[in-house]
Amino acid sequence: MRAIAVILRRELSAYFKAPLGYVVAAVVLLLSGLLFYAEALGPAAGARLSADVLSRFFFNVSGLVAIAAVVISIRLLTEERQSGSIVLLHTSPVRDRDIVLGKFFAAFAFLAGITLATLYLPLLVLVNGKVSWGHIAVGYLGVLLLGGAVLAIGLFASVLTRNSLAAAVTGGALTGSMFLLWPLAMVVGQPFAEVFAGLAIHGRHFSGFQVGVLHLRDVVYYLGVTYFFLLLATRTLDARRWQ
Amino acid sequence: MDEALRTACITMISASGLAKYFGGKRALGPVSFEIGRGDTVGFLGLNGAGKTTALRILAGDLRPSAGSLIVNGSDAIRDPIAVRRLVGFLPEQPPLYPDMAVGNYLRFAGRLHGMAPADVERRVGDVEELMGLKDVSREIIRHLSAGYRQRVGLAQAVIHEPELLILDEPAHDLDPAQIAEMRALLGALRDHHTILVSSHNLPEISQTCDKLLFLDGGKIIASGSEAELAARWLDTFRSEVAIRLPDGGRELELDADVAAMPPVAAAIAALRSIEGVLEIKAMAVPQEGGASIHVESGEDKRSEICRILVEQGFEVTRLERSREKLESVFLDLVRGAERARDSGNPAA
Repeated sequence: MRAIAVILRRELSAYFKAPLGYVVAAVVLLLSGLLFYAEALGPAAGARLSADVLSRFFFNVSGLVAIAAVVISIRLLTEERQSGSIVLLHTSPVRDRDIVLGKFFAAFAFLAGITLATLYLPLLVLVNGKVSWGHIAVGYLGVLLLGGAVLAIGLFASVLTRNSLAAAVTGGALTGSMFLLWPLAMVVGQPFAEVFAGLAIHGRHFSGFQVGVLHLRDVVYYLGVTYFFLLLATRTLDARRWQ
Repeated sequence: MDEALRTACITMISASGLAKYFGGKRALGPVSFEIGRGDTVGFLGLNGAGKTTALRILAGDLRPSAGSLIVNGSDAIRDPIAVRRLVGFLPEQPPLYPDMAVGNYLRFAGRLHGMAPADVERRVGDVEELMGLKDVSREIIRHLSAGYRQRVGLAQAVIHEPELLILDEPAHDLDPAQIAEMRALLGALRDHHTILVSSHNLPEISQTCDKLLFLDGGKIIASGSEAELAARWLDTFRSEVAIRLPDGGRELELDADVAAMPPVAAAIAALRSIEGVLEIKAMAVPQEGGASIHVESGEDKRSEICRILVEQGFEVTRLERSREKLESVFLDLVRGAERARDSGNPAA
Protein backbone atom coordinates (compact mmCIF):
# COMPACT_ATOMS: atom_id res chain seq x y z
CA MET A 1 0.00 0.00 0.00
CA ARG A 2 2.85 2.34 0.85
CA ALA A 3 4.47 1.92 -2.55
CA ILE A 4 1.12 2.65 -4.21
CA ALA A 5 0.82 5.88 -2.19
CA VAL A 6 4.40 6.93 -3.07
CA ILE A 7 3.81 6.40 -6.81
CA LEU A 8 0.35 8.01 -6.65
CA ARG A 9 1.79 11.18 -5.07
CA ARG A 10 4.51 11.52 -7.67
CA GLU A 11 2.14 10.89 -10.56
CA LEU A 12 -0.47 13.28 -9.29
CA SER A 13 2.08 16.08 -8.89
CA ALA A 14 3.28 15.39 -12.46
CA TYR A 15 -0.20 16.26 -13.82
CA PHE A 16 0.10 19.76 -12.38
CA LYS A 17 3.60 20.28 -13.80
CA ALA A 18 2.79 19.42 -17.41
CA PRO A 19 0.50 21.41 -19.73
CA LEU A 20 -1.40 18.27 -20.80
CA GLY A 21 -3.33 18.08 -17.53
CA TYR A 22 -4.43 21.72 -17.71
CA VAL A 23 -5.37 21.43 -21.38
CA VAL A 24 -7.50 18.32 -20.77
CA ALA A 25 -9.21 19.94 -17.78
CA ALA A 26 -9.88 23.17 -19.70
CA VAL A 27 -11.31 21.37 -22.75
CA VAL A 28 -13.60 19.13 -20.66
CA LEU A 29 -14.91 22.06 -18.62
CA LEU A 30 -15.41 24.27 -21.68
CA LEU A 31 -17.20 21.63 -23.74
CA SER A 32 -19.34 20.43 -20.84
CA GLY A 33 -20.42 24.04 -20.25
CA LEU A 34 -21.21 24.61 -23.92
CA LEU A 35 -23.14 21.36 -24.24
CA PHE A 36 -25.06 22.11 -21.07
CA TYR A 37 -25.99 25.52 -22.43
CA ALA A 38 -27.20 23.94 -25.66
CA GLU A 39 -29.20 21.24 -23.87
CA ALA A 40 -30.69 23.32 -21.05
CA LEU A 41 -30.80 26.93 -22.14
CA GLY A 42 -30.29 27.00 -25.88
CA PRO A 43 -33.01 27.39 -28.52
CA ALA A 44 -33.20 23.61 -28.95
CA ALA A 45 -33.89 23.06 -25.26
CA GLY A 46 -37.58 23.90 -25.57
CA ALA A 47 -39.69 22.87 -22.61
CA ARG A 48 -37.45 20.02 -21.55
CA LEU A 49 -37.93 18.54 -18.07
CA SER A 50 -35.14 19.24 -15.60
CA ALA A 51 -34.59 15.49 -15.08
CA ASP A 52 -34.20 15.13 -18.82
CA VAL A 53 -31.69 17.99 -18.91
CA LEU A 54 -29.68 16.30 -16.14
CA SER A 55 -29.82 12.96 -17.95
CA ARG A 56 -28.49 14.53 -21.15
CA PHE A 57 -25.82 16.34 -19.15
CA PHE A 58 -24.50 13.04 -17.77
CA PHE A 59 -24.65 11.49 -21.24
CA ASN A 60 -22.51 14.31 -22.65
CA VAL A 61 -20.10 14.41 -19.71
CA SER A 62 -19.61 10.64 -19.87
CA GLY A 63 -18.39 10.98 -23.46
CA LEU A 64 -16.07 13.88 -22.62
CA VAL A 65 -14.66 12.06 -19.57
CA ALA A 66 -14.08 8.90 -21.60
CA ILE A 67 -12.06 10.86 -24.18
CA ALA A 68 -10.17 12.66 -21.39
CA ALA A 69 -9.41 9.30 -19.76
CA VAL A 70 -7.87 7.97 -22.98
CA VAL A 71 -5.72 11.12 -23.35
CA ILE A 72 -4.60 11.07 -19.70
CA SER A 73 -3.78 7.37 -19.68
CA ILE A 74 -1.52 7.47 -22.77
CA ARG A 75 1.41 8.95 -20.87
CA LEU A 76 1.13 6.69 -17.83
CA LEU A 77 3.76 4.15 -18.87
CA THR A 78 4.86 5.14 -22.37
CA GLU A 79 6.58 8.25 -20.99
CA GLU A 80 8.35 6.20 -18.32
CA ARG A 81 9.62 3.77 -20.92
CA GLN A 82 10.68 6.51 -23.32
CA SER A 83 12.68 8.38 -20.68
CA GLY A 84 14.02 5.20 -19.05
CA SER A 85 12.63 6.18 -15.64
CA ILE A 86 10.67 2.90 -15.58
CA VAL A 87 13.97 1.25 -14.61
CA LEU A 88 13.81 3.01 -11.23
CA LEU A 89 10.39 1.45 -10.58
CA HIS A 90 11.47 -1.93 -11.95
CA THR A 91 14.57 -2.16 -9.78
CA SER A 92 12.91 -0.88 -6.59
CA PRO A 93 11.37 -3.35 -4.15
CA VAL A 94 7.93 -2.59 -5.59
CA ARG A 95 5.55 -5.10 -7.15
CA ASP A 96 4.33 -4.55 -10.71
CA ARG A 97 0.80 -4.53 -9.30
CA ASP A 98 1.73 -1.55 -7.08
CA ILE A 99 3.20 0.34 -10.04
CA VAL A 100 0.01 -0.17 -12.05
CA LEU A 101 -2.29 0.69 -9.13
CA GLY A 102 -0.27 3.76 -8.13
CA LYS A 103 -0.49 5.12 -11.63
CA PHE A 104 -4.14 4.19 -12.05
CA PHE A 105 -5.26 5.83 -8.80
CA ALA A 106 -3.28 8.99 -9.59
CA ALA A 107 -4.91 9.25 -13.02
CA PHE A 108 -8.30 8.44 -11.52
CA ALA A 109 -7.90 11.13 -8.84
CA PHE A 110 -7.03 13.68 -11.51
CA LEU A 111 -9.92 12.61 -13.71
CA ALA A 112 -12.29 12.68 -10.74
CA GLY A 113 -11.13 16.24 -9.98
CA ILE A 114 -11.95 17.35 -13.53
CA THR A 115 -15.28 15.53 -13.49
CA LEU A 116 -16.38 16.98 -10.17
CA ALA A 117 -15.40 20.46 -11.34
CA THR A 118 -18.51 20.28 -13.57
CA LEU A 119 -20.71 19.93 -10.48
CA TYR A 120 -21.90 23.54 -10.69
CA LEU A 121 -23.90 22.64 -13.81
CA PRO A 122 -26.18 19.99 -12.24
CA LEU A 123 -26.42 22.23 -9.18
CA LEU A 124 -27.98 24.86 -11.45
CA VAL A 125 -30.58 22.28 -12.44
CA LEU A 126 -31.10 21.31 -8.78
CA VAL A 127 -31.70 24.91 -7.76
CA ASN A 128 -33.93 25.83 -10.69
CA GLY A 129 -35.65 22.51 -11.41
CA LYS A 130 -36.97 19.36 -9.86
CA VAL A 131 -34.17 16.84 -9.57
CA SER A 132 -32.89 14.98 -6.54
CA TRP A 133 -29.44 14.82 -4.96
CA GLY A 134 -29.65 11.08 -5.55
CA HIS A 135 -29.90 11.54 -9.32
CA ILE A 136 -26.82 13.78 -9.28
CA ALA A 137 -24.83 11.38 -7.04
CA VAL A 138 -25.73 8.31 -9.11
CA GLY A 139 -24.97 10.14 -12.35
CA TYR A 140 -21.53 11.15 -11.17
CA LEU A 141 -20.89 7.64 -9.83
CA GLY A 142 -21.62 6.29 -13.32
CA VAL A 143 -19.36 8.85 -15.01
CA LEU A 144 -16.52 8.04 -12.59
CA LEU A 145 -16.96 4.28 -12.99
CA LEU A 146 -16.92 4.69 -16.79
CA GLY A 147 -13.86 6.98 -16.55
CA GLY A 148 -12.07 4.43 -14.34
CA ALA A 149 -12.79 1.63 -16.80
CA VAL A 150 -11.51 3.68 -19.76
CA LEU A 151 -8.41 4.68 -17.76
CA ALA A 152 -7.69 1.00 -17.12
CA ILE A 153 -8.02 0.28 -20.86
CA GLY A 154 -5.70 3.19 -21.67
CA LEU A 155 -3.21 2.10 -19.01
CA PHE A 156 -3.11 -1.35 -20.56
CA ALA A 157 -2.49 0.23 -23.98
CA SER A 158 0.35 2.32 -22.53
CA VAL A 159 2.06 -0.84 -21.23
CA LEU A 160 1.99 -2.38 -24.68
CA THR A 161 4.16 0.18 -26.43
CA ARG A 162 6.73 2.88 -25.73
CA ASN A 163 5.36 5.04 -28.53
CA SER A 164 2.78 7.60 -27.35
CA LEU A 165 1.00 7.75 -30.69
CA ALA A 166 0.74 3.95 -30.88
CA ALA A 167 -0.54 3.87 -27.29
CA ALA A 168 -3.12 6.55 -28.10
CA VAL A 169 -4.31 4.67 -31.19
CA THR A 170 -4.45 1.35 -29.31
CA GLY A 171 -6.23 2.84 -26.29
CA GLY A 172 -8.61 4.80 -28.51
CA ALA A 173 -9.35 1.77 -30.69
CA LEU A 174 -10.02 -0.51 -27.71
CA THR A 175 -12.27 2.05 -26.02
CA GLY A 176 -13.98 2.96 -29.30
CA SER A 177 -14.68 -0.71 -30.01
CA MET A 178 -16.28 -1.13 -26.61
CA PHE A 179 -18.44 1.96 -27.24
CA LEU A 180 -19.44 0.70 -30.71
CA LEU A 181 -20.69 -2.60 -29.31
CA TRP A 182 -23.88 -0.81 -28.21
CA PRO A 183 -25.01 0.53 -31.62
CA LEU A 184 -23.86 -2.78 -33.08
CA ALA A 185 -26.14 -4.63 -30.66
CA MET A 186 -29.06 -2.64 -32.12
CA VAL A 187 -28.53 -3.96 -35.64
CA VAL A 188 -27.49 -7.61 -35.17
CA GLY A 189 -29.73 -10.49 -34.32
CA GLN A 190 -29.78 -12.67 -31.22
CA PRO A 191 -27.77 -14.04 -29.48
CA PHE A 192 -25.09 -11.55 -30.60
CA ALA A 193 -27.26 -8.55 -29.77
CA GLU A 194 -27.46 -9.65 -26.14
CA VAL A 195 -23.73 -10.40 -25.91
CA PHE A 196 -22.74 -7.09 -27.50
CA ALA A 197 -25.14 -5.11 -25.31
CA GLY A 198 -23.76 -6.87 -22.23
CA LEU A 199 -20.18 -6.05 -23.15
CA ALA A 200 -20.72 -2.48 -24.40
CA ILE A 201 -19.06 0.08 -22.15
CA HIS A 202 -21.84 2.62 -22.80
CA GLY A 203 -25.51 2.17 -23.54
CA ARG A 204 -27.19 -0.46 -21.39
CA HIS A 205 -24.71 -0.20 -18.52
CA PHE A 206 -24.68 3.58 -18.42
CA SER A 207 -28.35 4.33 -19.08
CA GLY A 208 -29.35 3.59 -15.47
CA PHE A 209 -26.79 5.99 -14.02
CA GLN A 210 -27.89 8.61 -16.52
CA VAL A 211 -31.42 8.70 -15.14
CA GLY A 212 -30.41 8.28 -11.51
CA VAL A 213 -31.14 4.57 -11.18
CA LEU A 214 -28.43 2.46 -9.57
CA HIS A 215 -28.17 -1.17 -10.71
CA LEU A 216 -25.65 -3.37 -8.95
CA ARG A 217 -24.98 -5.25 -12.21
CA ASP A 218 -23.78 -2.02 -13.85
CA VAL A 219 -21.44 -1.22 -10.96
CA VAL A 220 -20.09 -4.77 -11.10
CA TYR A 221 -19.63 -4.48 -14.88
CA TYR A 222 -17.52 -1.30 -14.69
CA LEU A 223 -15.49 -2.58 -11.75
CA GLY A 224 -15.01 -5.85 -13.63
CA VAL A 225 -13.76 -4.10 -16.79
CA THR A 226 -11.42 -1.97 -14.67
CA TYR A 227 -10.07 -5.00 -12.80
CA PHE A 228 -9.64 -7.00 -16.01
CA PHE A 229 -7.58 -4.36 -17.80
CA LEU A 230 -5.52 -3.51 -14.72
CA LEU A 231 -4.75 -7.20 -14.35
CA LEU A 232 -3.78 -7.38 -18.03
CA ALA A 233 -1.55 -4.31 -17.59
CA THR A 234 0.15 -5.86 -14.53
CA ARG A 235 0.71 -9.19 -16.26
CA THR A 236 2.05 -7.46 -19.39
CA LEU A 237 4.42 -5.34 -17.30
CA ASP A 238 5.69 -8.47 -15.58
CA ALA A 239 5.98 -10.35 -18.86
CA ARG A 240 8.26 -7.64 -20.24
CA ARG A 241 10.92 -8.62 -17.70
CA TRP A 242 11.01 -12.08 -19.28
CA GLN A 243 11.16 -10.92 -22.89
CA MET B 1 32.13 -22.18 11.04
CA ASP B 2 30.19 -24.43 8.71
CA GLU B 3 31.74 -24.30 5.21
CA ALA B 4 28.45 -23.51 3.47
CA LEU B 5 27.70 -20.69 5.91
CA ARG B 6 31.21 -19.29 5.53
CA THR B 7 30.85 -19.31 1.74
CA ALA B 8 27.46 -17.58 2.02
CA CYS B 9 29.01 -14.90 4.25
CA ILE B 10 31.77 -14.01 1.84
CA THR B 11 29.81 -14.40 -1.40
CA MET B 12 27.54 -11.56 -2.51
CA ILE B 13 26.53 -12.98 -5.89
CA SER B 14 26.49 -16.54 -7.08
CA ALA B 15 25.32 -17.03 -10.67
CA SER B 16 25.08 -20.43 -12.24
CA GLY B 17 24.21 -21.14 -15.87
CA LEU B 18 22.67 -17.70 -16.21
CA ALA B 19 21.32 -17.08 -19.70
CA LYS B 20 19.05 -14.59 -21.40
CA TYR B 21 17.37 -14.84 -24.76
CA PHE B 22 15.49 -12.03 -26.48
CA GLY B 23 13.17 -13.90 -28.80
CA GLY B 24 15.38 -16.57 -30.29
CA LYS B 25 18.54 -14.51 -29.95
CA ARG B 26 20.97 -15.25 -27.15
CA ALA B 27 22.07 -12.07 -25.39
CA LEU B 28 23.85 -13.68 -22.46
CA GLY B 29 25.24 -16.95 -21.31
CA PRO B 30 25.14 -19.42 -20.06
CA VAL B 31 27.57 -17.83 -17.60
CA SER B 32 28.57 -18.81 -14.07
CA PHE B 33 30.50 -16.60 -11.69
CA GLU B 34 30.82 -15.62 -8.06
CA ILE B 35 31.42 -12.16 -6.68
CA GLY B 36 32.64 -11.65 -3.16
CA ARG B 37 31.22 -9.25 -0.59
CA GLY B 38 32.99 -5.89 -0.76
CA ASP B 39 34.55 -6.56 -4.16
CA THR B 40 34.60 -3.97 -6.92
CA VAL B 41 34.17 -5.86 -10.16
CA GLY B 42 34.41 -4.52 -13.69
CA PHE B 43 32.32 -6.03 -16.50
CA LEU B 44 34.34 -5.36 -19.61
CA GLY B 45 33.35 -5.99 -23.19
CA LEU B 46 32.69 -4.37 -26.51
CA ASN B 47 29.22 -3.05 -27.31
CA GLY B 48 26.78 -5.96 -27.55
CA ALA B 49 28.95 -8.25 -25.43
CA GLY B 50 26.16 -8.86 -22.91
CA LYS B 51 27.30 -6.50 -20.13
CA THR B 52 24.07 -4.54 -19.89
CA THR B 53 21.94 -7.68 -20.04
CA ALA B 54 23.98 -9.25 -17.23
CA LEU B 55 23.73 -6.14 -15.07
CA ARG B 56 19.99 -5.70 -15.70
CA ILE B 57 19.42 -9.28 -14.57
CA LEU B 58 21.54 -8.75 -11.47
CA ALA B 59 19.63 -5.53 -10.72
CA GLY B 60 16.25 -7.26 -11.04
CA ASP B 61 15.16 -5.30 -14.12
CA LEU B 62 15.14 -8.45 -16.26
CA ARG B 63 14.49 -12.08 -15.45
CA PRO B 64 16.92 -14.68 -16.80
CA SER B 65 15.71 -17.25 -19.33
CA ALA B 66 17.69 -19.96 -17.57
CA GLY B 67 20.03 -20.52 -14.66
CA SER B 68 20.04 -19.55 -11.01
CA LEU B 69 21.05 -16.36 -9.29
CA ILE B 70 21.62 -16.01 -5.56
CA VAL B 71 22.26 -12.53 -4.21
CA ASN B 72 23.26 -12.24 -0.56
CA GLY B 73 21.62 -15.61 0.11
CA SER B 74 18.29 -14.70 -1.57
CA ASP B 75 17.06 -16.37 -4.72
CA ALA B 76 16.68 -13.54 -7.24
CA ILE B 77 14.17 -15.50 -9.34
CA ARG B 78 11.88 -16.71 -6.56
CA ASP B 79 12.12 -13.63 -4.38
CA PRO B 80 13.09 -10.67 -6.59
CA ILE B 81 11.70 -8.09 -4.15
CA ALA B 82 14.12 -9.22 -1.41
CA VAL B 83 17.03 -8.91 -3.83
CA ARG B 84 15.94 -5.51 -5.13
CA ARG B 85 16.05 -4.20 -1.55
CA LEU B 86 19.80 -4.90 -1.56
CA VAL B 87 20.56 -3.38 -4.92
CA GLY B 88 21.17 0.15 -6.17
CA PHE B 89 21.21 0.41 -9.96
CA LEU B 90 22.41 3.12 -12.30
CA PRO B 91 21.60 2.14 -15.91
CA GLU B 92 23.43 3.61 -18.86
CA GLN B 93 20.67 6.18 -19.20
CA PRO B 94 19.96 7.46 -15.65
CA PRO B 95 16.32 6.73 -14.67
CA LEU B 96 15.34 10.33 -14.00
CA TYR B 97 12.05 12.22 -13.97
CA PRO B 98 12.91 15.43 -15.86
CA ASP B 99 10.04 17.37 -14.27
CA MET B 100 11.20 16.79 -10.68
CA ALA B 101 13.60 18.82 -8.55
CA VAL B 102 16.77 16.93 -7.57
CA GLY B 103 15.94 16.76 -3.85
CA ASN B 104 12.35 15.65 -4.45
CA TYR B 105 13.52 13.00 -6.90
CA LEU B 106 15.94 11.57 -4.33
CA ARG B 107 13.18 11.60 -1.70
CA PHE B 108 10.93 9.71 -4.13
CA ALA B 109 13.66 7.13 -4.79
CA GLY B 110 14.21 6.69 -1.04
CA ARG B 111 10.52 6.22 -0.35
CA LEU B 112 10.23 3.71 -3.19
CA HIS B 113 12.87 1.67 -1.38
CA GLY B 114 10.70 1.69 1.73
CA MET B 115 12.81 4.10 3.78
CA ALA B 116 11.24 5.85 6.79
CA PRO B 117 10.63 9.62 6.28
CA ALA B 118 13.33 10.61 8.81
CA ASP B 119 15.87 8.31 7.15
CA VAL B 120 14.96 9.71 3.74
CA GLU B 121 15.68 13.29 4.86
CA ARG B 122 18.98 12.28 6.49
CA ARG B 123 20.14 10.32 3.47
CA VAL B 124 19.11 12.97 0.93
CA GLY B 125 21.35 15.44 2.80
CA ASP B 126 24.23 12.95 3.01
CA VAL B 127 24.00 11.87 -0.62
CA GLU B 128 23.71 15.43 -1.94
CA GLU B 129 26.83 16.25 0.03
CA LEU B 130 28.71 13.19 -1.24
CA MET B 131 27.73 13.76 -4.88
CA GLY B 132 28.17 17.52 -4.86
CA LEU B 133 24.48 18.15 -5.46
CA LYS B 134 23.76 20.53 -2.58
CA ASP B 135 23.73 23.58 -4.83
CA VAL B 136 21.30 22.06 -7.32
CA SER B 137 18.95 20.39 -4.82
CA ARG B 138 16.05 22.61 -5.90
CA GLU B 139 16.92 22.60 -9.60
CA ILE B 140 14.61 20.84 -12.03
CA ILE B 141 16.41 17.80 -13.45
CA ARG B 142 15.62 18.72 -17.07
CA HIS B 143 17.77 21.86 -16.63
CA LEU B 144 20.89 19.99 -15.45
CA SER B 145 23.99 19.18 -17.52
CA ALA B 146 24.80 15.57 -18.47
CA GLY B 147 27.41 15.38 -15.71
CA TYR B 148 24.98 16.50 -13.03
CA ARG B 149 22.31 14.14 -14.32
CA GLN B 150 24.73 11.28 -14.03
CA ARG B 151 25.49 12.32 -10.46
CA VAL B 152 21.77 12.46 -9.65
CA GLY B 153 21.43 8.97 -11.15
CA LEU B 154 24.26 7.72 -8.97
CA ALA B 155 22.71 9.45 -5.95
CA GLN B 156 19.41 7.59 -6.43
CA ALA B 157 21.33 4.33 -6.67
CA VAL B 158 22.94 4.81 -3.25
CA ILE B 159 20.15 6.68 -1.43
CA HIS B 160 18.98 3.53 0.41
CA GLU B 161 22.54 2.42 1.29
CA PRO B 162 22.39 -0.75 -0.82
CA GLU B 163 24.84 -3.54 -0.17
CA LEU B 164 25.23 -4.09 -3.91
CA LEU B 165 25.75 -1.18 -6.27
CA ILE B 166 25.42 -1.86 -10.02
CA LEU B 167 26.59 0.79 -12.46
CA ASP B 168 26.17 0.36 -16.19
CA GLU B 169 28.61 2.56 -18.12
CA PRO B 170 28.67 5.28 -15.43
CA ALA B 171 31.05 7.39 -17.51
CA HIS B 172 28.81 7.21 -20.58
CA ASP B 173 28.39 10.63 -22.24
CA LEU B 174 30.72 12.38 -19.78
CA ASP B 175 33.64 14.63 -20.69
CA PRO B 176 37.14 13.81 -19.38
CA ALA B 177 36.77 16.07 -16.32
CA GLN B 178 33.43 14.48 -15.46
CA ILE B 179 34.91 10.99 -15.96
CA ALA B 180 37.62 11.84 -13.43
CA GLU B 181 34.93 13.07 -11.01
CA MET B 182 32.93 9.88 -11.51
CA ARG B 183 36.05 7.81 -10.84
CA ALA B 184 36.62 9.73 -7.62
CA LEU B 185 33.00 9.14 -6.58
CA LEU B 186 33.38 5.42 -7.21
CA GLY B 187 36.52 5.45 -5.11
CA ALA B 188 34.56 7.04 -2.26
CA LEU B 189 31.82 4.39 -2.54
CA ARG B 190 34.14 1.37 -2.66
CA ASP B 191 34.45 1.05 1.10
CA HIS B 192 30.71 0.79 1.68
CA HIS B 193 29.37 -1.31 -1.17
CA THR B 194 30.00 -4.30 -3.34
CA ILE B 195 30.23 -2.61 -6.72
CA LEU B 196 29.70 -3.96 -10.24
CA VAL B 197 30.61 -1.53 -12.97
CA SER B 198 30.54 -2.05 -16.71
CA SER B 199 32.55 -0.40 -19.44
CA HIS B 200 33.97 -1.05 -22.87
CA ASN B 201 37.06 0.89 -21.90
CA LEU B 202 39.68 -1.01 -19.87
CA PRO B 203 41.69 1.97 -18.55
CA GLU B 204 38.45 3.59 -17.42
CA ILE B 205 37.62 0.88 -14.88
CA SER B 206 40.84 -1.06 -14.29
CA GLN B 207 41.99 1.55 -11.78
CA THR B 208 38.89 1.17 -9.63
CA CYS B 209 38.20 -2.57 -9.88
CA ASP B 210 39.66 -5.49 -7.92
CA LYS B 211 38.49 -7.98 -10.48
CA LEU B 212 37.58 -7.86 -14.16
CA LEU B 213 35.13 -10.04 -16.07
CA PHE B 214 35.68 -9.92 -19.82
CA LEU B 215 32.54 -10.65 -21.83
CA ASP B 216 32.16 -11.33 -25.48
CA GLY B 217 29.18 -12.71 -27.38
CA GLY B 218 27.31 -13.08 -24.09
CA LYS B 219 29.99 -15.26 -22.50
CA ILE B 220 32.76 -14.64 -20.02
CA ILE B 221 36.01 -15.12 -21.89
CA ALA B 222 38.36 -14.23 -19.05
CA SER B 223 38.23 -13.12 -15.43
CA GLY B 224 40.60 -12.13 -12.66
CA SER B 225 42.43 -9.14 -11.27
CA GLU B 226 44.35 -6.93 -13.67
CA ALA B 227 47.61 -8.32 -12.30
CA GLU B 228 46.39 -11.92 -12.75
CA LEU B 229 45.27 -11.24 -16.30
CA ALA B 230 48.52 -9.48 -17.11
CA ALA B 231 50.48 -12.41 -15.67
CA ARG B 232 48.36 -14.83 -17.71
CA TRP B 233 48.32 -12.91 -20.97
CA LEU B 234 51.51 -10.92 -20.99
CA ASP B 235 55.01 -12.26 -20.80
CA THR B 236 56.48 -8.79 -20.26
CA PHE B 237 55.78 -5.86 -17.95
CA ARG B 238 55.16 -2.42 -19.44
CA SER B 239 55.80 0.77 -17.51
CA GLU B 240 55.00 4.25 -18.67
CA VAL B 241 56.99 7.16 -17.25
CA ALA B 242 56.47 10.82 -18.11
CA ILE B 243 59.25 13.36 -17.75
CA ARG B 244 59.06 17.12 -18.08
CA LEU B 245 61.39 18.71 -20.62
CA PRO B 246 63.60 21.62 -19.50
CA ASP B 247 61.68 24.20 -21.53
CA GLY B 248 58.31 22.79 -20.44
CA GLY B 249 57.82 21.17 -23.82
CA ARG B 250 57.09 24.43 -25.57
CA GLU B 251 56.69 24.07 -29.32
CA LEU B 252 56.60 20.30 -28.90
CA GLU B 253 54.40 18.61 -31.48
CA LEU B 254 52.63 15.30 -31.16
CA ASP B 255 54.55 13.72 -34.02
CA ALA B 256 57.93 15.12 -32.89
CA ASP B 257 60.80 12.62 -32.74
CA VAL B 258 61.38 13.13 -29.02
CA ALA B 259 63.74 10.14 -28.78
CA ALA B 260 66.26 12.17 -30.76
CA MET B 261 66.01 15.16 -28.45
CA PRO B 262 69.08 15.36 -26.16
CA PRO B 263 67.27 15.25 -22.75
CA VAL B 264 65.02 12.34 -23.81
CA ALA B 265 67.90 10.49 -25.48
CA ALA B 266 69.83 10.83 -22.19
CA ALA B 267 66.89 9.47 -20.21
CA ILE B 268 66.54 6.50 -22.60
CA ALA B 269 70.27 5.78 -22.33
CA ALA B 270 70.02 5.84 -18.52
CA LEU B 271 67.04 3.48 -18.57
CA ARG B 272 68.83 1.03 -20.87
CA SER B 273 71.30 0.45 -18.02
CA ILE B 274 68.55 -1.27 -16.00
CA GLU B 275 68.98 -5.02 -16.13
CA GLY B 276 66.09 -6.85 -17.78
CA VAL B 277 64.84 -3.92 -19.89
CA LEU B 278 63.83 -5.23 -23.30
CA GLU B 279 62.56 -2.27 -25.24
CA ILE B 280 62.13 1.46 -24.80
CA LYS B 281 59.98 3.83 -26.84
CA ALA B 282 59.29 7.51 -26.39
CA MET B 283 56.58 9.82 -27.57
CA ALA B 284 55.79 13.48 -27.18
CA VAL B 285 53.08 14.50 -24.71
CA PRO B 286 52.68 18.25 -25.28
CA GLN B 287 49.80 18.55 -22.81
CA GLU B 288 52.10 17.27 -20.04
CA GLY B 289 54.98 19.45 -21.18
CA GLY B 290 57.34 16.62 -21.95
CA ALA B 291 57.74 13.06 -23.13
CA SER B 292 56.24 9.72 -22.22
CA ILE B 293 58.68 6.79 -22.20
CA HIS B 294 57.37 3.23 -22.45
CA VAL B 295 59.70 0.66 -20.90
CA GLU B 296 59.12 -3.04 -21.55
CA SER B 297 60.86 -5.38 -19.15
CA GLY B 298 60.75 -8.96 -17.93
CA GLU B 299 59.34 -7.86 -14.58
CA ASP B 300 58.20 -4.79 -12.70
CA LYS B 301 61.05 -2.25 -12.83
CA ARG B 302 59.11 0.87 -11.85
CA SER B 303 61.07 1.62 -8.66
CA GLU B 304 64.39 1.42 -10.51
CA ILE B 305 63.08 3.53 -13.38
CA CYS B 306 62.01 6.23 -10.97
CA ARG B 307 65.29 6.10 -8.98
CA ILE B 308 67.53 6.34 -12.03
CA LEU B 309 65.62 9.19 -13.65
CA VAL B 310 65.55 11.21 -10.42
CA GLU B 311 69.27 10.57 -9.87
CA GLN B 312 69.90 11.84 -13.40
CA GLY B 313 68.05 15.03 -12.54
CA PHE B 314 64.86 14.43 -14.55
CA GLU B 315 61.53 15.71 -13.29
CA VAL B 316 59.24 12.65 -13.25
CA THR B 317 55.61 13.74 -13.57
CA ARG B 318 53.97 10.33 -13.92
CA LEU B 319 54.90 6.67 -13.53
CA GLU B 320 52.40 3.86 -13.97
CA ARG B 321 51.85 0.45 -15.37
CA SER B 322 50.91 0.69 -19.00
CA ARG B 323 47.46 -0.72 -19.69
CA GLU B 324 47.75 -0.27 -23.40
CA LYS B 325 49.20 -3.74 -23.95
CA LEU B 326 46.62 -5.49 -21.75
CA GLU B 327 43.83 -3.82 -23.68
CA SER B 328 45.29 -4.79 -27.04
CA VAL B 329 45.59 -8.41 -25.84
CA PHE B 330 41.94 -8.26 -24.76
CA LEU B 331 40.94 -6.95 -28.18
CA ASP B 332 42.96 -9.73 -29.84
CA LEU B 333 41.13 -12.23 -27.64
CA VAL B 334 37.74 -10.83 -28.66
CA ARG B 335 38.67 -10.84 -32.33
CA GLY B 336 39.91 -14.41 -31.96
CA ALA B 337 36.58 -15.42 -30.41
CA GLU B 338 34.72 -13.65 -33.23
CA ARG B 339 36.79 -15.43 -35.85
CA ALA B 340 36.14 -18.76 -34.12
CA ARG B 341 32.40 -18.04 -34.05
CA ASP B 342 32.42 -17.05 -37.70
CA SER B 343 34.19 -20.29 -38.60
CA GLY B 344 31.60 -22.24 -36.59
CA ASN B 345 33.89 -23.44 -33.80
CA PRO B 346 31.75 -23.28 -30.66
CA ALA B 347 34.61 -24.25 -28.40
CA ALA B 348 36.24 -20.85 -28.65
